Amino acid sequence: MTDLLALIVAKYNYWLYVILMMIGLYAMIAKNNLIKKLVGMNIFQTAIILFYISIGYKKNATLPIIENVHGTGGGHIYAIDYINPLPHVLMLTAIVVSVATFGVAMALAVRVYQRYKTLEEDELRMRLSEK
Amino acid sequence: MYWPIDLIVLTFVIFCAIAAIVVKDLLATAILFGAYSFMMCLLWAVMGAVDVAFTEASVGAGVSTVFFVAAIFRTSRRTKD
Repeated sequence: MTDLLALIVAKYNYWLYVILMMIGLYAMIAKNNLIKKLVGMNIFQTAIILFYISIGYKKNATLPIIENVHGTGGGHIYAIDYINPLPHVLMLTAIVVSVATFGVAMALAVRVYQRYKTLEEDELRMRLSEK
Repeated sequence: MYWPIDLIVLTFVIFCAIAAIVVKDLLATAILFGAYSFMMCLLWAVMGAVDVAFTEASVGAGVSTVFFVAAIFRTSRRTKD
């Protein structure tokens, strides 16, 4: 039991990411307003990005910038001294994609509002079934 | 990564996320969502991902909050849930 508890406490950040992801999933499924659903989608995306950044982290390592590359040389470069930059680069792309998705979704929400004068999902469904 | 900072900022992130989806006014959601993005940027700076951190600060907390506020002014602030 104490082993399990120690495991849960040691990996606290993963549990909190799971909580964040489930908040996003709940907002996407259960909320009635379209804008709230978009916020839920973005929370879900940032939870996943957070998970990926956190698996690139190392203890006692520094930022992945090599000093004196063209300088004196001689010193060896060890990968264990630097944080893994591969997840950073991948997630940089994911952030840009998520903002583009957010912008397009907002534009669609504005069009939906101009046509139906509402953003609530149940009212939209009612308007659609009237026709 | 100094773990108390990480834990405190992560708690703020979760608090902002919950507040952003339960609040009844969409403009308040926009501002809370900007605060959420900025806390996320702090978290990435703590984890050593500085490039991701300043992209998030400019693009996530800046541009998407502007998009959000512009969209709300073109639609309505009211929401039922």
